[in-house]
Amino acid sequence: MEVPILKQGAVLIATFQAALSDADLNQLRMGLVQQVVKFRSRAVIVDVTAMDVMDSFASRTLREIAHMIRLRGADTVIVGIQPEVAFAMVQLGLTLEGVATALDLEEGLAYLNEKFKTTN
Amino acid sequence: MIVAKRNETSRETMTLNNQAPELARSEAPSELLRELVAHLRQNRTQLREEWVVRISETRLLTAMTKEEIFAEATSIYDSYVEALETEAFEALQAYARNLSERIIPRGVETHEVVGIVLLLRDVLARSLFAKYQNDFKKLNRILDAYEPAANRIANTVAVGFVQERERVIRQQQEAIRELSTPVLQVRERLLILPIIGVIDPQRARQLTEQLLRGIRTNRAKVVVIDITGVAAMDVTVANHLVQTVEASRLLGATVIVTGLSPEIAQTLVTIGVDLGKMNTVGDLQGGIEQAERVLGYKVATLAEPEPR
Repeated sequence: MEVPILKQGAVLIATFQAALSDADLNQLRMGLVQQVVKFRSRAVIVDVTAMDVMDSFASRTLREIAHMIRLRGADTVIVGIQPEVAFAMVQLGLTLEGVATALDLEEGLAYLNEKFKTTN
Repeated sequence: MIVAKRNETSRETMTLNNQAPELARSEAPSELLRELVAHLRQNRTQLREEWVVRISETRLLTAMTKEEIFAEATSIYDSYVEALETEAFEALQAYARNLSERIIPRGVETHEVVGIVLLLRDVLARSLFAKYQNDFKKLNRILDAYEPAANRIANTVAVGFVQERERVIRQQQEAIRELSTPVLQVRERLLILPIIGVIDPQRARQLTEQLLRGIRTNRAKVVVIDITGVAAMDVTVANHLVQTVEASRLLGATVIVTGLSPEIAQTLVTIGVDLGKMNTVGDLQGGIEQAERVLGYKVATLAEPEPR
Protein backbone atom coordinates (compact mmCIF):
# COMPACT_ATOMS: atom_id res chain seq x y z
CA MET A 1 0.00 0.00 0.00
CA GLU A 2 1.37 3.34 -0.99
CA VAL A 3 1.73 6.10 1.58
CA PRO A 4 0.04 9.35 0.57
CA ILE A 5 2.22 12.44 0.87
CA LEU A 6 0.29 15.63 1.52
CA LYS A 7 1.66 19.11 1.09
CA GLN A 8 0.73 21.59 3.76
CA GLY A 9 2.50 24.89 3.13
CA ALA A 10 6.18 24.36 3.58
CA VAL A 11 5.64 21.02 5.25
CA LEU A 12 5.12 17.58 3.71
CA ILE A 13 3.01 15.13 5.69
CA ALA A 14 3.25 11.39 5.13
CA THR A 15 0.72 9.34 7.08
CA PHE A 16 1.12 5.58 7.47
CA GLN A 17 -2.28 3.97 7.06
CA ALA A 18 -1.27 0.47 8.07
CA ALA A 19 1.74 -1.74 8.48
CA LEU A 20 3.92 -1.38 5.40
CA SER A 21 5.95 -3.84 3.43
CA ASP A 22 9.64 -3.23 2.90
CA ALA A 23 8.99 -2.28 -0.73
CA ASP A 24 6.44 0.34 0.35
CA LEU A 25 8.95 1.78 2.78
CA ASN A 26 11.62 2.02 0.09
CA GLN A 27 9.15 3.71 -2.19
CA LEU A 28 8.16 6.15 0.54
CA ARG A 29 11.81 7.02 1.14
CA MET A 30 12.43 7.89 -2.48
CA GLY A 31 9.06 9.60 -2.85
CA LEU A 32 9.60 11.86 0.15
CA VAL A 33 13.05 12.99 -0.88
CA GLN A 34 11.91 13.67 -4.43
CA GLN A 35 8.94 15.69 -3.21
CA VAL A 36 11.08 17.69 -0.82
CA VAL A 37 13.19 18.65 -3.80
CA LYS A 38 10.18 19.34 -5.98
CA PHE A 39 8.24 21.52 -3.54
CA ARG A 40 11.27 23.03 -1.82
CA SER A 41 9.72 21.97 1.48
CA ARG A 42 11.29 22.99 4.73
CA ALA A 43 10.18 20.01 6.76
CA VAL A 44 8.62 16.54 6.63
CA ILE A 45 6.29 15.00 9.19
CA VAL A 46 5.95 11.23 9.19
CA ASP A 47 2.87 10.14 11.10
CA VAL A 48 3.08 6.55 12.35
CA THR A 49 0.02 6.59 14.64
CA ALA A 50 -1.53 3.65 12.80
CA MET A 51 1.52 1.43 13.21
CA ASP A 52 1.21 -0.97 16.11
CA VAL A 53 4.45 -2.77 15.34
CA MET A 54 7.71 -1.29 14.21
CA ASP A 55 10.38 -3.68 13.02
CA SER A 56 14.04 -2.92 12.64
CA PHE A 57 13.71 -2.29 8.91
CA ALA A 58 10.94 0.26 9.35
CA SER A 59 12.86 1.91 12.13
CA ARG A 60 16.06 2.06 10.10
CA THR A 61 14.17 3.41 7.10
CA LEU A 62 12.69 6.18 9.21
CA ARG A 63 16.16 7.14 10.39
CA GLU A 64 17.47 7.06 6.84
CA ILE A 65 14.58 9.20 5.65
CA ALA A 66 15.40 11.74 8.34
CA HIS A 67 19.09 11.81 7.46
CA MET A 68 18.47 12.02 3.70
CA ILE A 69 16.04 14.86 4.19
CA ARG A 70 18.50 16.68 6.39
CA LEU A 71 21.00 16.44 3.54
CA ARG A 72 18.38 18.27 1.48
CA GLY A 73 18.35 20.99 4.13
CA ALA A 74 14.94 20.16 5.60
CA ASP A 75 13.82 18.83 9.01
CA THR A 76 12.02 15.60 9.80
CA VAL A 77 9.65 14.93 12.68
CA ILE A 78 8.31 11.46 13.46
CA VAL A 79 4.96 11.74 15.21
CA GLY A 80 2.43 9.40 16.79
CA ILE A 81 4.63 6.57 18.01
CA GLN A 82 2.48 4.44 20.32
CA PRO A 83 3.71 3.99 23.90
CA GLU A 84 4.03 0.22 23.50
CA VAL A 85 5.81 0.60 20.20
CA ALA A 86 8.16 3.18 21.69
CA PHE A 87 9.24 0.88 24.47
CA ALA A 88 9.58 -2.10 22.19
CA MET A 89 11.76 -0.04 19.85
CA VAL A 90 13.99 1.11 22.68
CA GLN A 91 14.41 -2.44 23.90
CA LEU A 92 15.54 -3.43 20.43
CA GLY A 93 17.96 -0.52 20.44
CA LEU A 94 16.05 1.38 17.75
CA THR A 95 16.08 4.81 19.30
CA LEU A 96 15.91 6.99 16.14
CA GLU A 97 18.89 9.01 17.29
CA GLY A 98 19.14 12.47 15.83
CA VAL A 99 15.53 12.40 14.65
CA ALA A 100 13.01 14.78 16.14
CA THR A 101 9.88 13.13 17.56
CA ALA A 102 6.54 14.50 18.76
CA LEU A 103 3.41 13.15 20.36
CA ASP A 104 1.07 13.67 17.40
CA LEU A 105 0.59 15.64 14.21
CA GLU A 106 -0.49 18.76 16.07
CA GLU A 107 2.59 18.68 18.28
CA GLY A 108 4.81 18.06 15.30
CA LEU A 109 3.42 21.09 13.47
CA ALA A 110 3.78 23.21 16.62
CA TYR A 111 7.39 22.09 16.96
CA LEU A 112 8.15 22.99 13.35
CA ASN A 113 6.42 26.38 13.59
CA GLU A 114 8.52 27.17 16.62
CA LYS A 115 11.62 26.11 14.75
CA PHE A 116 10.75 28.13 11.64
CA LYS A 117 10.25 31.21 13.81
CA THR A 118 13.71 30.98 15.33
CA THR A 119 15.47 30.27 12.03
CA ASN A 120 13.75 33.03 10.10
CA MET B 1 2.30 -35.48 62.61
CA ILE B 2 3.07 -37.21 65.90
CA VAL B 3 -0.62 -37.53 66.48
CA ALA B 4 -1.20 -39.28 63.20
CA LYS B 5 1.66 -41.66 63.84
CA ARG B 6 0.34 -42.60 67.21
CA ASN B 7 -3.01 -43.40 65.67
CA GLU B 8 -1.33 -45.52 63.06
CA THR B 9 0.52 -47.65 65.59
CA SER B 10 -2.55 -48.20 67.69
CA ARG B 11 -4.46 -49.11 64.56
CA GLU B 12 -1.91 -51.72 63.64
CA THR B 13 -2.03 -53.47 66.95
CA MET B 14 -5.76 -53.41 66.80
CA THR B 15 -5.87 -54.94 63.36
CA LEU B 16 -3.76 -57.78 64.69
CA ASN B 17 -6.29 -58.36 67.40
CA ASN B 18 -9.08 -58.16 64.95
CA GLN B 19 -9.80 -61.67 63.79
CA ALA B 20 -12.15 -60.95 60.91
CA PRO B 21 -11.89 -57.39 59.63
CA GLU B 22 -14.23 -58.10 56.68
CA LEU B 23 -16.91 -59.25 59.01
CA ALA B 24 -16.46 -56.20 61.16
CA ARG B 25 -17.48 -53.95 58.31
CA SER B 26 -21.00 -55.23 58.34
CA GLU B 27 -22.13 -52.10 60.12
CA ALA B 28 -22.58 -49.23 57.68
CA PRO B 29 -20.07 -46.42 58.07
CA SER B 30 -22.86 -43.86 58.17
CA GLU B 31 -24.32 -45.57 61.21
CA LEU B 32 -20.93 -45.56 62.86
CA LEU B 33 -20.56 -41.91 62.08
CA ARG B 34 -23.94 -41.26 63.63
CA GLU B 35 -22.86 -42.99 66.78
CA LEU B 36 -19.62 -41.04 66.70
CA VAL B 37 -21.42 -37.75 66.30
CA ALA B 38 -23.76 -38.56 69.14
CA HIS B 39 -20.76 -39.28 71.32
CA LEU B 40 -19.09 -36.00 70.35
CA ARG B 41 -22.28 -34.07 71.00
CA GLN B 42 -22.70 -35.66 74.37
CA ASN B 43 -19.22 -34.80 75.52
CA ARG B 44 -19.12 -31.43 73.81
CA THR B 45 -18.33 -29.33 76.88
CA GLN B 46 -15.63 -31.58 78.19
CA LEU B 47 -13.90 -32.21 74.86
CA ARG B 48 -13.99 -28.58 73.96
CA GLU B 49 -12.40 -27.64 77.27
CA GLU B 50 -9.71 -30.20 76.75
CA TRP B 51 -9.05 -28.92 73.29
CA VAL B 52 -8.72 -25.31 74.46
CA VAL B 53 -6.33 -26.42 77.19
CA ARG B 54 -4.24 -28.27 74.62
CA ILE B 55 -4.23 -25.21 72.36
CA SER B 56 -2.85 -23.00 75.10
CA GLU B 57 -0.43 -25.70 76.20
CA THR B 58 1.12 -25.90 72.76
CA ARG B 59 1.15 -22.08 72.55
CA LEU B 60 -0.86 -21.82 69.40
CA LEU B 61 -2.96 -18.76 68.56
CA THR B 62 -0.89 -16.53 70.85
CA ALA B 63 -2.24 -13.51 69.02
CA MET B 64 -5.72 -14.14 70.44
CA THR B 65 -7.09 -13.82 73.98
CA LYS B 66 -8.37 -16.81 75.95
CA GLU B 67 -11.98 -15.74 75.54
CA GLU B 68 -11.60 -15.38 71.81
CA ILE B 69 -9.95 -18.77 71.52
CA PHE B 70 -12.78 -20.28 73.51
CA ALA B 71 -15.45 -18.66 71.38
CA GLU B 72 -13.74 -19.72 68.15
CA ALA B 73 -13.09 -23.18 69.53
CA THR B 74 -16.79 -23.59 70.25
CA SER B 75 -17.86 -22.71 66.76
CA ILE B 76 -15.07 -24.70 65.13
CA TYR B 77 -16.03 -27.68 67.27
CA ASP B 78 -19.67 -27.42 66.25
CA SER B 79 -18.83 -26.98 62.58
CA TYR B 80 -16.46 -29.91 62.83
CA VAL B 81 -19.08 -32.20 64.30
CA GLU B 82 -21.62 -30.99 61.81
CA ALA B 83 -19.29 -31.70 58.92
CA LEU B 84 -18.71 -35.18 60.33
CA GLU B 85 -22.43 -35.74 60.55
CA THR B 86 -23.58 -34.41 57.21
CA GLU B 87 -20.38 -35.03 55.26
CA ALA B 88 -21.13 -31.74 53.56
CA PHE B 89 -18.01 -29.66 53.50
CA GLU B 90 -19.36 -26.51 51.89
CA ALA B 91 -20.51 -25.04 55.19
CA LEU B 92 -17.21 -25.85 56.82
CA GLN B 93 -15.34 -24.41 53.88
CA ALA B 94 -17.31 -21.19 54.12
CA TYR B 95 -16.72 -21.10 57.85
CA ALA B 96 -12.97 -21.69 57.37
CA ARG B 97 -12.80 -18.84 54.90
CA ASN B 98 -14.76 -16.58 57.19
CA LEU B 99 -12.55 -17.50 60.13
CA SER B 100 -9.40 -16.90 58.09
CA GLU B 101 -10.69 -13.51 57.04
CA ARG B 102 -11.02 -12.55 60.69
CA ILE B 103 -7.79 -13.98 62.04
CA ILE B 104 -5.35 -13.30 59.21
CA PRO B 105 -5.14 -9.56 59.95
CA ARG B 106 -4.21 -10.47 63.52
CA GLY B 107 -1.15 -12.34 62.39
CA VAL B 108 -2.25 -15.95 62.82
CA GLU B 109 0.09 -18.26 60.94
CA THR B 110 -0.74 -21.24 58.76
CA HIS B 111 0.96 -23.70 61.11
CA GLU B 112 -1.27 -22.48 63.96
CA VAL B 113 -4.50 -23.06 62.08
CA VAL B 114 -3.39 -26.47 60.85
CA GLY B 115 -2.09 -27.16 64.35
CA ILE B 116 -5.36 -26.50 66.13
CA VAL B 117 -7.36 -28.58 63.68
CA LEU B 118 -4.95 -31.49 64.10
CA LEU B 119 -5.15 -31.01 67.85
CA LEU B 120 -8.92 -31.29 67.72
CA ARG B 121 -8.59 -34.40 65.61
CA ASP B 122 -6.23 -35.79 68.21
CA VAL B 123 -8.43 -34.87 71.16
CA LEU B 124 -11.46 -36.46 69.57
CA ALA B 125 -9.53 -39.58 68.59
CA ARG B 126 -8.32 -39.98 72.15
CA SER B 127 -11.82 -39.68 73.50
CA LEU B 128 -12.78 -42.43 71.09
CA PHE B 129 -9.95 -44.59 72.39
CA ALA B 130 -11.15 -43.96 75.91
CA LYS B 131 -14.69 -44.83 75.07
CA TYR B 132 -14.09 -48.01 73.11
CA GLN B 133 -10.96 -49.28 74.80
CA ASN B 134 -12.71 -52.48 75.75
CA ASP B 135 -13.95 -53.20 72.27
CA PHE B 136 -11.09 -53.07 69.81
CA LYS B 137 -13.15 -54.27 66.87
CA LYS B 138 -15.62 -51.49 67.30
CA LEU B 139 -12.87 -48.95 67.86
CA ASN B 140 -11.25 -50.07 64.67
CA ARG B 141 -14.44 -49.62 62.71
CA ILE B 142 -15.18 -46.30 64.32
CA LEU B 143 -11.71 -45.08 63.42
CA ASP B 144 -12.18 -46.35 59.89
CA ALA B 145 -15.18 -44.11 59.63
CA TYR B 146 -13.71 -41.22 61.58
CA GLU B 147 -10.25 -40.84 60.11
CA PRO B 148 -11.05 -40.19 56.44
CA ALA B 149 -13.66 -37.67 57.45
CA ALA B 150 -11.35 -36.00 59.95
CA ASN B 151 -8.53 -35.85 57.43
CA ARG B 152 -10.83 -34.30 54.91
CA ILE B 153 -11.93 -31.69 57.43
CA ALA B 154 -8.34 -30.82 58.32
CA ASN B 155 -7.56 -30.59 54.65
CA THR B 156 -10.54 -28.36 53.96
CA VAL B 157 -9.71 -25.96 56.77
CA ALA B 158 -6.03 -25.74 55.84
CA VAL B 159 -6.74 -25.19 52.17
CA GLY B 160 -9.40 -22.60 53.03
CA PHE B 161 -6.95 -20.74 55.20
CA VAL B 162 -4.15 -20.78 52.65
CA GLN B 163 -6.49 -19.70 49.86
CA GLU B 164 -7.75 -16.81 51.94
CA ARG B 165 -4.19 -15.82 52.75
CA GLU B 166 -3.21 -15.89 49.12
CA ARG B 167 -6.22 -13.79 48.25
CA VAL B 168 -5.20 -11.20 50.86
CA ILE B 169 -1.64 -11.18 49.56
CA ARG B 170 -2.80 -10.73 45.98
CA GLN B 171 -5.06 -7.89 47.02
CA GLN B 172 -2.26 -6.16 48.90
CA GLN B 173 0.16 -6.59 46.03
CA GLU B 174 -2.32 -4.98 43.72
CA ALA B 175 -2.87 -2.11 46.13
CA ILE B 176 0.86 -1.53 46.43
CA ARG B 177 1.23 -1.67 42.69
CA GLU B 178 -1.46 0.92 42.19
CA LEU B 179 -0.18 3.22 44.90
CA SER B 180 3.46 2.92 44.05
CA THR B 181 3.50 4.64 40.70
CA PRO B 182 1.59 7.88 40.59
CA VAL B 183 2.07 9.98 37.49
CA LEU B 184 1.20 13.53 38.49
CA GLN B 185 0.58 16.56 36.38
CA VAL B 186 1.92 19.68 38.09
CA ARG B 187 1.52 22.09 35.24
CA GLU B 188 0.06 22.05 31.78
CA ARG B 189 2.23 19.55 29.87
CA LEU B 190 4.52 18.84 32.82
CA LEU B 191 4.39 15.48 34.58
CA ILE B 192 6.15 14.35 37.71
CA LEU B 193 6.90 10.73 38.48
CA PRO B 194 8.17 10.37 42.03
CA ILE B 195 9.64 6.92 42.63
CA ILE B 196 10.04 5.69 46.19
CA GLY B 197 11.37 2.39 47.42
CA VAL B 198 12.98 -0.54 45.78
CA ILE B 199 12.48 -0.98 42.06
CA ASP B 200 12.47 -4.52 40.77
CA PRO B 201 12.30 -5.29 37.07
CA GLN B 202 8.56 -5.90 37.23
CA ARG B 203 7.86 -2.58 38.91
CA ALA B 204 10.21 -0.84 36.52
CA ARG B 205 8.28 -2.19 33.57
CA GLN B 206 5.04 -1.08 35.11
CA LEU B 207 6.45 2.38 35.83
CA THR B 208 7.47 2.75 32.22
CA GLU B 209 4.08 1.65 31.00
CA GLN B 210 2.26 4.11 33.24
CA LEU B 211 4.60 6.93 32.36
CA LEU B 212 4.31 6.42 28.62
CA ARG B 213 0.56 6.19 28.89
CA GLY B 214 0.53 9.28 31.10
CA ILE B 215 2.56 11.20 28.53
CA ARG B 216 -0.02 10.36 25.92
CA THR B 217 -3.13 11.12 27.92
CA ASN B 218 -1.79 14.34 29.45
CA ARG B 219 -0.03 15.38 26.24
CA ALA B 220 3.06 16.02 28.31
CA LYS B 221 6.12 17.71 26.89
CA VAL B 222 8.37 17.42 29.91
CA VAL B 223 8.55 14.70 32.55
CA VAL B 224 10.49 14.94 35.78
CA ILE B 225 11.39 11.53 37.21
CA ASP B 226 12.41 11.98 40.82
CA ILE B 227 14.35 9.08 42.27
CA THR B 228 15.36 10.69 45.56
CA GLY B 229 13.53 7.90 47.36
CA VAL B 230 15.45 5.16 45.58
CA ALA B 231 18.62 4.26 47.41
CA ALA B 232 20.14 1.97 44.83
CA MET B 233 19.26 0.17 41.66
CA ASP B 234 20.89 -2.71 39.88
CA VAL B 235 22.21 -2.63 36.36
CA THR B 236 19.04 -4.10 34.85
CA VAL B 237 16.81 -1.47 36.38
CA ALA B 238 19.26 1.32 35.55
CA ASN B 239 19.22 0.18 31.95
CA HIS B 240 15.48 0.17 32.09
CA LEU B 241 15.49 3.75 33.34
CA VAL B 242 17.62 4.77 30.39
CA GLN B 243 15.25 2.95 28.05
CA THR B 244 12.32 4.76 29.62
CA VAL B 245 14.01 8.08 28.94
CA GLU B 246 14.56 7.12 25.30
CA ALA B 247 11.03 5.80 24.84
CA SER B 248 9.63 9.03 26.27
CA ARG B 249 11.67 10.96 23.75
CA LEU B 250 10.10 8.90 20.97
CA LEU B 251 6.76 10.18 22.22
CA GLY B 252 8.08 13.69 21.99
CA ALA B 253 8.63 14.28 25.70
CA THR B 254 11.81 15.43 27.39
CA VAL B 255 12.74 13.58 30.56
CA ILE B 256 14.58 15.19 33.44
CA VAL B 257 15.88 12.80 36.08
CA THR B 258 16.39 14.28 39.54
CA GLY B 259 17.65 13.13 42.89
CA LEU B 260 20.22 10.61 41.71
CA SER B 261 21.98 9.14 44.72
CA PRO B 262 25.75 8.69 44.49
CA GLU B 263 25.29 4.92 44.27
CA ILE B 264 22.90 5.20 41.33
CA ALA B 265 25.18 7.72 39.64
CA GLN B 266 27.96 5.16 40.03
CA THR B 267 25.78 2.46 38.48
CA LEU B 268 24.87 4.67 35.53
CA VAL B 269 28.50 5.53 34.91
CA THR B 270 29.47 1.87 35.17
CA ILE B 271 26.98 0.77 32.53
CA GLY B 272 28.22 3.61 30.37
CA VAL B 273 25.09 5.65 29.82
CA ASP B 274 25.32 8.23 27.07
CA LEU B 275 25.00 11.31 29.26
CA GLY B 276 24.08 13.44 26.28
CA LYS B 277 20.72 11.67 26.22
CA MET B 278 20.12 11.83 29.95
CA ASN B 279 18.97 15.12 31.34
CA THR B 280 19.77 15.17 35.04
CA VAL B 281 19.34 17.82 37.71
CA GLY B 282 20.33 17.61 41.36
CA ASP B 283 17.01 17.80 43.15
CA LEU B 284 13.31 17.89 42.42
CA GLN B 285 13.07 21.67 42.78
CA GLY B 286 15.85 22.15 40.28
CA GLY B 287 14.17 19.65 37.98
CA ILE B 288 10.87 21.49 38.04
CA GLU B 289 12.62 24.82 37.44
CA GLN B 290 14.46 23.34 34.49
CA ALA B 291 11.20 21.88 33.15
CA GLU B 292 9.53 25.28 33.44
CA ARG B 293 12.36 26.83 31.45
CA VAL B 294 11.91 24.20 28.74
CA LEU B 295 8.18 24.86 28.62
CA GLY B 296 8.72 28.63 28.56
CA TYR B 297 7.25 29.35 31.95
CA LYS B 298 8.70 32.07 34.09
CA VAL B 299 7.95 32.08 37.78
CA ALA B 300 8.24 35.51 39.38
CA THR B 301 7.45 36.87 42.79
CA LEU B 302 4.62 39.39 42.55
CA ALA B 303 5.37 41.08 45.85
CA GLU B 304 7.39 40.51 48.97
CA PRO B 305 5.46 38.17 51.25
CA GLU B 306 3.81 40.11 54.04
CA PRO B 307 5.47 39.73 57.41
CA ARG B 308 3.26 37.87 59.80
